[in-house]
Amino acid sequence: MTCLPKTESRVKLGLVIDLDICVGCHACSTSCKEWNTSGHSAPLTDLDAYGEHPDGVWFNRVHSFEVTNESGESVSVNFPRSCLHCEKAPCVTVCPTGASYKREEDGIVLINADTCIGCKLCSWACPYGAREYDSDAGIMKKCTLCVDKIYNENLPEHSRVPACVSACPTGARNFGDLGDENSGVSKLVKERDGFELMPEQECLPVNRYLPPRKKQIQNEAKDGFLEYKVDSSENALLRWIDKALSR
Amino acid sequence: MHPALSVIFFTTASGAGYGMLSVLGLGFLLGIIPDKTVFVLSSIAVALGLISCGLVSSTFHLGRPERAWRALSQWRSSWLSREGVLACLSYVPVLIFAAGWYYSGQNGSLLFTAALFMSISCLLTVYATSMIYASLKTVHAWCNHWVPATYLVLSFMTGAILLNTLALIFSCAQAWLNYAALVFISIALLIKLAYWNYIKTTRSVSTAESATGLGDLGKVNLTQTPHSQENYLLKEMGYQIARKHADKLRRISIISGFVLPFLFALLAMKYSGISIIVLSVIALLSCAVGILTERWLFFAEAKHTVMLYYGSSRV
Repeated sequence: MTCLPKTESRVKLGLVIDLDICVGCHACSTSCKEWNTSGHSAPLTDLDAYGEHPDGVWFNRVHSFEVTNESGESVSVNFPRSCLHCEKAPCVTVCPTGASYKREEDGIVLINADTCIGCKLCSWACPYGAREYDSDAGIMKKCTLCVDKIYNENLPEHSRVPACVSACPTGARNFGDLGDENSGVSKLVKERDGFELMPEQECLPVNRYLPPRKKQIQNEAKDGFLEYKVDSSENALLRWIDKALSR
Repeated sequence: MHPALSVIFFTTASGAGYGMLSVLGLGFLLGIIPDKTVFVLSSIAVALGLISCGLVSSTFHLGRPERAWRALSQWRSSWLSREGVLACLSYVPVLIFAAGWYYSGQNGSLLFTAALFMSISCLLTVYATSMIYASLKTVHAWCNHWVPATYLVLSFMTGAILLNTLALIFSCAQAWLNYAALVFISIALLIKLAYWNYIKTTRSVSTAESATGLGDLGKVNLTQTPHSQENYLLKEMGYQIARKHADKLRRISIISGFVLPFLFALLAMKYSGISIIVLSVIALLSCAVGILTERWLFFAEAKHTVMLYYGSSRV
Protein backbone atom coordinates (compact mmCIF):
# COMPACT_ATOMS: atom_id res chain seq x y z
CA MET A 1 0.00 0.00 0.00
CA THR A 2 2.75 2.45 0.92
CA CYS A 3 4.63 1.92 -2.30
CA LEU A 4 3.61 4.42 -4.95
CA PRO A 5 1.45 3.08 -7.78
CA LYS A 6 3.63 1.15 -10.21
CA THR A 7 2.14 2.78 -13.23
CA GLU A 8 2.01 6.55 -13.20
CA SER A 9 -1.62 7.61 -12.96
CA ARG A 10 -2.82 9.07 -16.28
CA VAL A 11 -5.33 11.31 -14.61
CA LYS A 12 -3.55 13.81 -12.37
CA LEU A 13 -6.17 15.84 -10.57
CA GLY A 14 -4.81 19.00 -9.07
CA LEU A 15 -5.05 22.71 -8.55
CA VAL A 16 -3.59 25.61 -10.47
CA ILE A 17 -3.38 28.66 -8.25
CA ASP A 18 -3.06 32.12 -9.76
CA LEU A 19 -0.82 34.23 -7.54
CA ASP A 20 -1.56 37.25 -9.69
CA ILE A 21 -5.18 37.54 -8.66
CA CYS A 22 -5.29 35.92 -5.22
CA VAL A 23 -6.33 38.68 -2.84
CA GLY A 24 -5.51 36.76 0.32
CA CYS A 25 -9.07 36.73 1.65
CA HIS A 26 -8.73 33.24 3.23
CA ALA A 27 -12.13 32.22 1.82
CA CYS A 28 -10.51 29.04 0.43
CA SER A 29 -9.19 28.15 3.88
CA THR A 30 -12.44 28.71 5.70
CA SER A 31 -14.64 26.96 3.16
CA CYS A 32 -12.15 24.05 3.09
CA LYS A 33 -12.50 23.84 6.84
CA GLU A 34 -16.27 24.00 6.60
CA TRP A 35 -16.59 21.25 3.99
CA ASN A 36 -13.99 18.90 5.38
CA THR A 37 -14.99 19.09 9.00
CA SER A 38 -17.99 17.01 8.01
CA GLY A 39 -16.45 15.10 5.10
CA HIS A 40 -13.98 12.28 4.40
CA SER A 41 -11.55 13.29 7.18
CA ALA A 42 -14.08 14.72 9.62
CA PRO A 43 -13.79 16.33 12.04
CA LEU A 44 -11.07 18.92 11.50
CA THR A 45 -10.60 19.21 15.23
CA ASP A 46 -10.37 22.59 16.92
CA LEU A 47 -9.03 22.74 20.44
CA ASP A 48 -9.65 25.71 22.72
CA ALA A 49 -11.46 27.31 19.78
CA TYR A 50 -12.70 30.32 21.74
CA GLY A 51 -9.96 30.35 24.35
CA GLU A 52 -6.56 31.96 24.58
CA HIS A 53 -4.66 29.43 22.49
CA PRO A 54 -6.88 28.13 19.74
CA ASP A 55 -5.33 25.28 17.79
CA GLY A 56 -6.83 23.27 15.00
CA VAL A 57 -6.39 21.22 11.88
CA TRP A 58 -6.50 23.06 8.56
CA PHE A 59 -5.77 21.74 5.07
CA ASN A 60 -5.21 25.08 3.47
CA ARG A 61 -3.31 28.11 4.77
CA VAL A 62 -2.77 31.48 3.11
CA HIS A 63 0.61 33.16 3.63
CA SER A 64 1.55 36.63 2.42
CA PHE A 65 4.98 37.46 1.03
CA GLU A 66 6.72 40.56 -0.17
CA VAL A 67 9.10 40.08 -3.08
CA THR A 68 11.69 42.79 -3.56
CA ASN A 69 13.87 43.09 -6.65
CA GLU A 70 17.37 44.54 -6.93
CA SER A 71 16.15 48.08 -7.55
CA GLY A 72 14.10 47.95 -4.37
CA GLU A 73 10.70 47.66 -6.05
CA SER A 74 8.43 45.16 -4.34
CA VAL A 75 5.22 43.27 -4.92
CA SER A 76 2.95 41.65 -2.35
CA VAL A 77 1.95 38.09 -3.13
CA ASN A 78 -0.73 36.16 -1.30
CA PHE A 79 0.21 32.53 -1.26
CA PRO A 80 -2.27 29.72 -0.51
CA ARG A 81 -0.48 26.53 0.58
CA SER A 82 -2.05 23.06 0.58
CA CYS A 83 -1.24 19.49 -0.48
CA LEU A 84 0.25 19.34 -3.99
CA HIS A 85 -0.66 15.63 -4.50
CA CYS A 86 2.90 14.81 -5.58
CA GLU A 87 3.63 12.04 -8.07
CA LYS A 88 6.59 10.93 -5.97
CA ALA A 89 4.93 11.66 -2.65
CA PRO A 90 7.51 11.08 0.13
CA CYS A 91 4.71 11.19 2.71
CA VAL A 92 3.37 7.97 1.17
CA THR A 93 6.58 5.95 1.00
CA VAL A 94 7.70 6.75 4.57
CA CYS A 95 4.40 5.56 6.07
CA PRO A 96 5.10 2.42 8.13
CA THR A 97 1.52 1.16 8.19
CA GLY A 98 0.21 1.66 4.66
CA ALA A 99 -2.33 4.21 5.93
CA SER A 100 -0.94 6.80 3.55
CA TYR A 101 -1.60 6.09 -0.11
CA LYS A 102 -1.74 7.59 -3.58
CA ARG A 103 -4.75 6.64 -5.71
CA GLU A 104 -3.87 5.06 -9.01
CA GLU A 105 -7.01 6.29 -10.77
CA ASP A 106 -6.64 10.04 -10.20
CA GLY A 107 -3.41 10.59 -8.23
CA ILE A 108 -5.08 11.91 -5.08
CA VAL A 109 -3.02 11.32 -1.92
CA LEU A 110 -5.14 10.18 1.04
CA ILE A 111 -4.84 8.77 4.56
CA ASN A 112 -6.74 5.77 5.88
CA ALA A 113 -7.98 6.98 9.27
CA ASP A 114 -8.46 3.39 10.48
CA THR A 115 -4.82 2.34 10.10
CA CYS A 116 -2.87 5.56 10.76
CA ILE A 117 -0.85 5.26 14.00
CA GLY A 118 -0.07 8.97 14.28
CA CYS A 119 3.73 8.60 14.08
CA LYS A 120 3.93 11.98 12.28
CA LEU A 121 6.73 10.78 10.00
CA CYS A 122 4.73 11.77 6.90
CA SER A 123 4.61 15.36 8.13
CA TRP A 124 8.40 15.28 8.51
CA ALA A 125 8.79 13.90 4.98
CA CYS A 126 6.55 16.50 3.30
CA PRO A 127 8.56 19.60 2.30
CA TYR A 128 5.40 21.70 1.97
CA GLY A 129 3.80 21.25 5.39
CA ALA A 130 0.70 19.72 3.84
CA ARG A 131 -0.02 17.29 6.66
CA GLU A 132 -1.27 18.17 10.09
CA TYR A 133 -1.67 16.06 13.19
CA ASP A 134 -5.08 15.81 14.86
CA SER A 135 -4.05 15.42 18.49
CA ASP A 136 -7.62 14.62 19.48
CA ALA A 137 -8.03 11.73 17.01
CA GLY A 138 -4.35 10.74 17.29
CA ILE A 139 -3.96 10.53 13.52
CA MET A 140 -2.68 12.62 10.62
CA LYS A 141 -5.00 14.57 8.34
CA LYS A 142 -4.54 16.23 4.99
CA CYS A 143 -6.21 17.77 1.93
CA THR A 144 -8.34 15.18 0.15
CA LEU A 145 -8.87 17.39 -2.91
CA CYS A 146 -12.47 17.11 -1.66
CA VAL A 147 -12.67 13.55 -2.93
CA ASP A 148 -16.13 13.41 -1.36
CA LYS A 149 -17.29 16.43 -3.37
CA ILE A 150 -15.69 16.19 -6.79
CA TYR A 151 -17.29 12.80 -7.56
CA ASN A 152 -20.53 13.45 -5.67
CA GLU A 153 -23.42 12.84 -8.06
CA ASN A 154 -25.88 14.36 -5.62
CA LEU A 155 -24.37 17.74 -6.33
CA PRO A 156 -24.99 19.79 -9.47
CA GLU A 157 -22.14 19.34 -11.90
CA HIS A 158 -20.68 22.84 -11.46
CA SER A 159 -20.32 22.13 -7.72
CA ARG A 160 -18.17 19.04 -8.28
CA VAL A 161 -14.92 20.90 -7.63
CA PRO A 162 -12.97 21.23 -4.38
CA ALA A 163 -14.54 23.54 -1.79
CA CYS A 164 -11.63 25.99 -2.02
CA VAL A 165 -12.24 26.35 -5.77
CA SER A 166 -15.98 26.92 -5.29
CA ALA A 167 -15.30 29.57 -2.68
CA CYS A 168 -12.60 31.65 -4.37
CA PRO A 169 -14.19 35.03 -5.19
CA THR A 170 -11.55 35.98 -7.76
CA GLY A 171 -11.26 32.68 -9.60
CA ALA A 172 -7.64 32.32 -8.55
CA ARG A 173 -8.06 28.61 -7.94
CA ASN A 174 -8.51 26.28 -10.90
CA PHE A 175 -9.20 22.57 -10.67
CA GLY A 176 -8.71 19.95 -13.35
CA ASP A 177 -6.67 17.12 -14.83
CA LEU A 178 -3.04 18.12 -15.17
CA GLY A 179 -2.30 14.76 -16.78
CA ASP A 180 -4.32 15.80 -19.85
CA GLU A 181 -2.39 18.40 -21.81
CA ASN A 182 -5.55 19.68 -23.49
CA SER A 183 -7.38 20.36 -20.23
CA GLY A 184 -8.15 23.92 -19.20
CA VAL A 185 -5.70 23.81 -16.30
CA SER A 186 -2.87 22.43 -18.46
CA LYS A 187 -3.42 25.18 -21.04
CA LEU A 188 -3.43 27.78 -18.28
CA VAL A 189 -0.11 26.46 -16.99
CA LYS A 190 1.35 26.64 -20.50
CA GLU A 191 0.06 30.14 -21.23
CA ARG A 192 1.11 31.66 -17.94
CA ASP A 193 4.38 29.77 -17.32
CA GLY A 194 2.97 27.91 -14.34
CA PHE A 195 5.62 26.49 -12.04
CA GLU A 196 6.01 23.80 -9.37
CA LEU A 197 7.20 24.51 -5.82
CA MET A 198 10.65 23.30 -4.69
CA PRO A 199 11.40 21.09 -7.73
CA GLU A 200 14.77 20.37 -6.06
CA GLN A 201 12.97 18.27 -3.44
CA GLU A 202 12.13 15.88 -6.30
CA CYS A 203 8.57 15.12 -5.20
CA LEU A 204 7.09 15.99 -8.64
CA PRO A 205 4.12 17.95 -7.27
CA VAL A 206 1.00 17.95 -9.47
CA ASN A 207 -0.35 21.35 -8.40
CA ARG A 208 1.00 24.38 -10.21
CA TYR A 209 1.22 28.07 -9.34
CA LEU A 210 0.90 30.93 -11.82
CA PRO A 211 3.34 33.83 -11.25
CA PRO A 212 2.22 37.43 -10.72
CA ARG A 213 1.99 39.18 -14.11
CA LYS A 214 4.70 41.71 -14.96
CA LYS A 215 3.79 45.18 -13.77
CA GLN A 216 2.45 47.29 -16.61
CA ILE A 217 2.79 50.47 -14.64
CA GLN A 218 6.27 51.70 -15.77
CA ASN A 219 5.44 51.30 -19.46
CA GLU A 220 2.14 53.11 -19.13
CA ALA A 221 3.74 55.97 -17.25
CA LYS A 222 6.00 56.61 -20.25
CA ASP A 223 2.95 57.08 -22.41
CA GLY A 224 1.63 59.69 -20.07
CA PHE A 225 -1.48 57.85 -18.96
CA LEU A 226 -0.64 57.64 -15.32
CA GLU A 227 1.70 60.52 -14.75
CA TYR A 228 0.80 64.11 -15.48
CA LYS A 229 4.05 64.77 -17.21
CA VAL A 230 3.82 67.42 -19.85
CA ASP A 231 6.16 67.32 -22.79
CA SER A 232 6.50 71.02 -23.41
CA SER A 233 8.81 70.91 -26.40
CA GLU A 234 6.21 70.23 -29.09
CA ASN A 235 3.12 72.33 -28.47
CA ALA A 236 3.03 76.08 -27.86
CA LEU A 237 -0.09 75.88 -25.68
CA LEU A 238 1.44 73.15 -23.53
CA ARG A 239 4.66 75.20 -23.30
CA TRP A 240 2.61 78.12 -22.00
CA ILE A 241 0.71 75.95 -19.48
CA ASP A 242 3.97 74.41 -18.31
CA LYS A 243 5.46 77.86 -17.84
CA ALA A 244 2.37 79.14 -16.03
CA LEU A 245 2.21 76.15 -13.71
CA SER A 246 5.93 76.22 -13.00
CA ARG A 247 5.86 79.77 -11.66
CA MET B 1 12.58 19.88 14.85
CA HIS B 2 10.77 19.30 18.12
CA PRO B 3 12.98 17.17 20.41
CA ALA B 4 10.48 14.58 21.67
CA LEU B 5 11.79 12.95 24.85
CA SER B 6 10.26 9.57 23.96
CA VAL B 7 12.23 9.44 20.72
CA ILE B 8 15.44 10.77 22.29
CA PHE B 9 15.27 8.09 24.97
CA PHE B 10 14.38 5.39 22.44
CA THR B 11 17.23 6.11 20.04
CA THR B 12 19.89 6.44 22.75
CA ALA B 13 18.77 3.55 24.99
CA SER B 14 18.13 1.08 22.19
CA GLY B 15 21.31 2.27 20.47
CA ALA B 16 23.32 1.42 23.59
CA GLY B 17 21.56 -1.95 23.97
CA TYR B 18 22.15 -2.92 20.33
CA GLY B 19 25.75 -1.71 20.63
CA MET B 20 26.31 -3.96 23.67
CA LEU B 21 24.95 -6.98 21.83
CA SER B 22 26.95 -6.23 18.67
CA VAL B 23 30.20 -5.89 20.62
CA LEU B 24 29.38 -8.99 22.68
CA GLY B 25 28.59 -11.00 19.53
CA LEU B 26 31.73 -9.85 17.73
CA GLY B 27 33.78 -10.54 20.88
CA PHE B 28 32.37 -14.06 20.97
CA LEU B 29 33.16 -14.65 17.29
CA LEU B 30 36.75 -13.56 17.99
CA GLY B 31 36.82 -15.79 21.08
CA ILE B 32 37.74 -13.01 23.46
CA ILE B 33 34.73 -12.61 25.77
CA PRO B 34 35.33 -13.83 29.33
CA ASP B 35 34.03 -17.29 30.17
CA LYS B 36 31.77 -15.98 32.90
CA THR B 37 28.09 -16.80 32.57
CA VAL B 38 26.90 -14.16 35.04
CA PHE B 39 28.67 -11.41 33.05
CA VAL B 40 27.40 -12.60 29.66
CA LEU B 41 23.80 -13.14 30.76
CA SER B 42 23.66 -9.91 32.79
CA SER B 43 24.99 -8.02 29.79
CA ILE B 44 22.31 -9.53 27.58
CA ALA B 45 19.64 -8.75 30.20
CA VAL B 46 20.76 -5.13 30.50
CA ALA B 47 20.89 -4.78 26.71
CA LEU B 48 17.44 -6.28 26.19
CA GLY B 49 16.13 -4.10 29.04
CA LEU B 50 17.45 -0.94 27.37
CA ILE B 51 16.11 -2.02 23.96
CA SER B 52 12.68 -3.04 25.26
CA CYS B 53 12.25 0.12 27.39
CA GLY B 54 13.31 2.14 24.35
CA LEU B 55 10.82 0.41 22.08
CA VAL B 56 7.99 0.89 24.58
CA SER B 57 8.99 4.53 25.02
CA SER B 58 8.91 5.04 21.24
CA THR B 59 5.27 4.00 21.13
CA PHE B 60 4.44 6.91 23.47
CA HIS B 61 5.34 9.11 20.52
CA LEU B 62 2.42 7.61 18.58
CA GLY B 63 -1.07 9.05 18.49
CA ARG B 64 -2.53 5.53 18.44
CA PRO B 65 -0.05 3.23 20.28
CA GLU B 66 -2.52 0.32 20.19
CA ARG B 67 -2.06 0.20 16.42
CA ALA B 68 1.75 0.06 16.62
CA TRP B 69 1.82 -3.49 15.24
CA ARG B 70 0.65 -2.17 11.90
CA ALA B 71 4.04 -0.50 11.50
CA LEU B 72 5.60 -3.87 10.67
CA SER B 73 3.86 -4.11 7.32
CA GLN B 74 5.51 -1.60 4.97
CA TRP B 75 9.16 -2.68 5.07
CA ARG B 76 9.40 -2.44 1.28
CA SER B 77 9.32 1.35 1.29
CA SER B 78 9.51 2.69 4.85
CA TRP B 79 12.64 2.83 7.02
CA LEU B 80 10.45 3.16 10.12
CA SER B 81 8.76 -0.09 9.22
CA ARG B 82 12.12 -1.76 8.48
CA GLU B 83 13.37 -0.64 11.88
CA GLY B 84 10.33 -2.20 13.55
CA VAL B 85 10.74 -5.49 11.69
CA LEU B 86 14.50 -5.67 12.40
CA ALA B 87 13.95 -4.77 16.07
CA CYS B 88 11.53 -7.68 16.45
CA LEU B 89 13.68 -10.11 14.45
CA SER B 90 16.83 -9.31 16.40
CA TYR B 91 15.29 -10.69 19.61
CA VAL B 92 15.49 -14.19 18.07
CA PRO B 93 19.29 -14.63 17.75
CA VAL B 94 19.81 -12.79 21.06
CA LEU B 95 17.53 -15.18 22.97
CA ILE B 96 19.03 -18.21 21.18
CA PHE B 97 22.52 -16.97 22.06
CA ALA B 98 21.59 -16.45 25.72
CA ALA B 99 19.90 -19.87 25.99
CA GLY B 100 22.76 -21.55 24.12
CA TRP B 101 25.33 -19.98 26.41
CA TYR B 102 23.41 -20.98 29.53
CA TYR B 103 22.74 -24.59 28.53
CA SER B 104 25.68 -25.56 26.36
CA GLY B 105 28.51 -23.30 27.43
CA GLN B 106 30.80 -21.58 24.99
CA ASN B 107 30.90 -24.17 22.24
CA GLY B 108 28.73 -25.31 19.41
CA SER B 109 27.97 -24.06 15.94
CA LEU B 110 24.50 -22.92 17.04
CA LEU B 111 26.05 -20.41 19.43
CA PHE B 112 28.44 -19.26 16.73
CA THR B 113 25.61 -18.75 14.24
CA ALA B 114 23.47 -17.00 16.85
CA ALA B 115 26.34 -14.63 17.75
CA LEU B 116 26.87 -13.81 14.08
CA PHE B 117 23.18 -13.07 13.47
CA MET B 118 22.94 -11.18 16.78
CA SER B 119 25.71 -8.77 15.76
CA ILE B 120 24.39 -8.32 12.25
CA SER B 121 20.72 -7.82 13.16
CA CYS B 122 21.57 -5.37 15.96
CA LEU B 123 23.77 -3.31 13.66
CA LEU B 124 21.12 -3.33 10.94
CA THR B 125 18.46 -2.16 13.42
CA VAL B 126 20.59 0.82 14.45
CA TYR B 127 21.27 1.54 10.77
CA ALA B 128 17.52 1.43 10.05
CA THR B 129 16.87 3.88 12.91
CA SER B 130 19.43 6.28 11.48
CA MET B 131 17.98 5.95 7.97
CA ILE B 132 14.55 7.12 9.18
CA TYR B 133 16.25 10.50 9.57
CA ALA B 134 18.86 10.25 6.82
CA SER B 135 16.19 9.52 4.19
CA LEU B 136 14.31 12.78 4.84
CA LYS B 137 15.30 15.27 2.13
CA THR B 138 13.27 17.93 3.93
CA VAL B 139 15.73 18.15 6.84
CA HIS B 140 19.18 19.12 5.63
CA ALA B 141 20.84 18.39 8.98
CA TRP B 142 19.62 14.78 8.78
CA CYS B 143 19.85 13.93 5.10
CA ASN B 144 23.57 13.12 4.97
CA HIS B 145 26.01 10.23 5.48
CA TRP B 146 27.23 11.58 8.82
CA VAL B 147 23.90 10.60 10.39
CA PRO B 148 24.09 6.77 9.95
CA ALA B 149 27.83 6.98 10.76
CA THR B 150 27.05 8.83 14.01
CA TYR B 151 24.25 6.47 15.04
CA LEU B 152 26.37 3.36 14.39
CA VAL B 153 29.55 4.55 16.07
CA LEU B 154 27.68 5.98 19.08
CA SER B 155 25.88 2.68 19.43
CA PHE B 156 29.22 0.83 19.46
CA MET B 157 30.70 3.39 21.82
CA THR B 158 27.94 3.37 24.43
CA GLY B 159 27.67 -0.42 24.12
CA ALA B 160 31.40 -0.88 24.74
CA ILE B 161 31.34 1.52 27.72
CA LEU B 162 28.39 -0.36 29.27
CA LEU B 163 30.04 -3.76 28.72
CA ASN B 164 33.27 -2.43 30.20
CA THR B 165 31.45 -1.26 33.32
CA LEU B 166 29.65 -4.59 33.71
CA ALA B 167 32.94 -6.47 33.25
CA LEU B 168 34.44 -4.41 36.07
CA ILE B 169 31.43 -5.01 38.30
CA PHE B 170 31.57 -8.79 37.72
CA SER B 171 35.37 -8.67 38.20
CA CYS B 172 36.25 -9.99 34.79
CA ALA B 173 37.81 -6.79 33.41
CA GLN B 174 39.01 -7.09 29.85
CA ALA B 175 41.84 -4.99 28.40
CA TRP B 176 40.31 -5.23 24.92
CA LEU B 177 37.01 -3.76 26.12
CA ASN B 178 38.94 -0.77 27.46
CA TYR B 179 40.78 -0.39 24.17
CA ALA B 180 37.52 -0.77 22.27
CA ALA B 181 35.92 1.97 24.39
CA LEU B 182 38.91 4.29 23.80
CA VAL B 183 38.86 3.69 20.04
CA PHE B 184 35.08 4.08 19.67
CA ILE B 185 35.02 7.26 21.80
CA SER B 186 37.76 8.78 19.63
CA ILE B 187 36.10 7.86 16.34
CA ALA B 188 32.66 8.94 17.61
CA LEU B 189 33.93 12.36 18.69
CA LEU B 190 35.68 12.89 15.35
CA ILE B 191 32.53 11.97 13.42
CA LYS B 192 30.36 14.16 15.62
CA LEU B 193 32.71 17.14 15.13
CA ALA B 194 32.68 16.52 11.38
CA TYR B 195 28.85 16.40 11.49
CA TRP B 196 28.64 19.70 13.38
CA ASN B 197 31.02 21.25 10.88
CA TYR B 198 28.89 19.91 8.03
CA ILE B 199 25.65 21.43 9.34
CA LYS B 200 27.44 24.71 10.07
CA THR B 201 28.97 25.10 6.63
CA THR B 202 26.18 23.82 4.39
CA ARG B 203 22.51 24.66 3.86
CA SER B 204 19.56 23.01 2.18
CA VAL B 205 19.25 23.72 -1.56
CA SER B 206 15.71 24.86 -0.86
CA THR B 207 15.17 28.55 -0.05
CA ALA B 208 12.22 30.85 0.54
CA GLU B 209 12.58 31.70 -3.16
CA SER B 210 12.31 28.08 -4.33
CA ALA B 211 9.56 27.30 -1.80
CA THR B 212 7.36 30.04 -3.23
CA GLY B 213 8.72 29.85 -6.79
CA LEU B 214 8.99 33.66 -6.74
CA GLY B 215 12.79 33.86 -6.91
CA ASP B 216 12.73 35.32 -10.44
CA LEU B 217 10.99 38.41 -9.08
CA GLY B 218 13.46 39.04 -6.27
CA LYS B 219 14.07 38.36 -2.62
CA VAL B 220 11.14 36.75 -0.78
CA ASN B 221 10.11 37.89 2.71
CA LEU B 222 7.13 36.75 4.77
CA THR B 223 4.86 39.66 5.66
CA GLN B 224 1.91 37.82 7.15
CA THR B 225 1.54 34.36 8.64
CA PRO B 226 -1.70 32.49 7.92
CA HIS B 227 -2.59 32.27 11.61
CA SER B 228 -1.91 34.26 14.73
CA GLN B 229 -1.39 31.25 17.03
CA GLU B 230 1.04 28.35 16.83
CA ASN B 231 -0.18 25.38 14.83
CA TYR B 232 1.00 21.78 14.57
CA LEU B 233 3.60 22.64 11.94
CA LEU B 234 5.22 25.33 14.07
CA LYS B 235 5.18 23.20 17.21
CA GLU B 236 6.60 20.12 15.46
CA MET B 237 8.86 21.62 12.82
CA GLY B 238 9.45 25.15 14.03
CA TYR B 239 11.50 24.33 17.13
CA GLN B 240 14.35 26.77 17.44
CA ILE B 241 17.33 26.88 19.72
CA ALA B 242 19.48 29.95 20.27
CA ARG B 243 23.01 29.68 18.83
CA LYS B 244 24.67 30.42 22.21
CA HIS B 245 22.63 27.73 23.96
CA ALA B 246 23.48 25.21 21.26
CA ASP B 247 27.19 25.98 21.62
CA LYS B 248 27.00 25.51 25.38
CA LEU B 249 25.08 22.24 25.03
CA ARG B 250 27.64 20.97 22.50
CA ARG B 251 30.43 21.63 24.99
CA ILE B 252 28.46 19.77 27.70
CA SER B 253 27.92 16.91 25.27
CA ILE B 254 31.61 16.73 24.29
CA ILE B 255 32.95 16.89 27.83
CA SER B 256 30.49 14.60 29.59
CA GLY B 257 29.76 12.28 26.67
CA PHE B 258 33.25 11.79 25.28
CA VAL B 259 36.12 13.40 27.25
CA LEU B 260 35.23 12.11 30.74
CA PRO B 261 34.48 8.51 29.63
CA PHE B 262 37.75 8.57 27.65
CA LEU B 263 39.77 9.72 30.68
CA PHE B 264 38.09 7.07 32.80
CA ALA B 265 38.90 4.31 30.29
CA LEU B 266 42.54 5.43 30.47
CA LEU B 267 42.46 5.26 34.28
CA ALA B 268 40.86 1.83 34.24
CA MET B 269 43.84 0.52 32.28
CA LYS B 270 46.18 1.28 35.17
CA TYR B 271 44.12 0.76 38.30
CA SER B 272 41.63 -1.74 39.64
CA GLY B 273 39.53 -2.26 42.78
CA ILE B 274 36.31 -0.88 44.22
CA SER B 275 37.19 2.76 43.55
CA ILE B 276 37.54 2.08 39.84
CA ILE B 277 34.09 0.42 39.81
CA VAL B 278 32.58 3.52 41.42
CA LEU B 279 34.42 5.72 38.93
CA SER B 280 33.22 3.57 36.05
CA VAL B 281 29.60 4.03 37.09
CA ILE B 282 30.13 7.79 37.36
CA ALA B 283 31.75 7.76 33.89
CA LEU B 284 28.77 5.79 32.56
CA LEU B 285 26.26 8.30 33.96
CA SER B 286 28.32 11.16 32.59
CA CYS B 287 28.34 9.45 29.19
CA ALA B 288 24.56 9.04 29.35
CA VAL B 289 24.10 12.77 30.05
CA GLY B 290 26.44 13.62 27.17
CA ILE B 291 24.75 11.33 24.65
CA LEU B 292 21.23 12.40 25.66
CA THR B 293 22.35 16.01 25.15
CA GLU B 294 23.85 15.06 21.78
CA ARG B 295 20.58 13.44 20.68
CA TRP B 296 18.51 16.37 21.98
CA LEU B 297 20.66 18.69 19.85
CA PHE B 298 20.30 16.36 16.86
CA PHE B 299 16.60 17.19 16.87
CA ALA B 300 16.63 20.75 18.19
CA GLU B 301 19.22 21.99 15.68
CA ALA B 302 17.59 20.38 12.64
CA LYS B 303 15.56 22.73 10.45
CA HIS B 304 12.69 21.70 8.19
CA THR B 305 11.88 23.15 4.75
CA VAL B 306 8.32 24.01 5.85
CA MET B 307 9.80 26.87 7.87
CA LEU B 308 10.61 28.55 4.55
CA TYR B 309 6.89 29.37 4.44
CA TYR B 310 7.04 30.78 7.95
CA GLY B 311 9.78 33.39 7.69
CA SER B 312 13.05 31.46 7.34
CA SER B 313 15.04 32.39 4.25
CA ARG B 314 17.36 29.36 4.48
CA VAL B 315 17.11 26.08 6.37
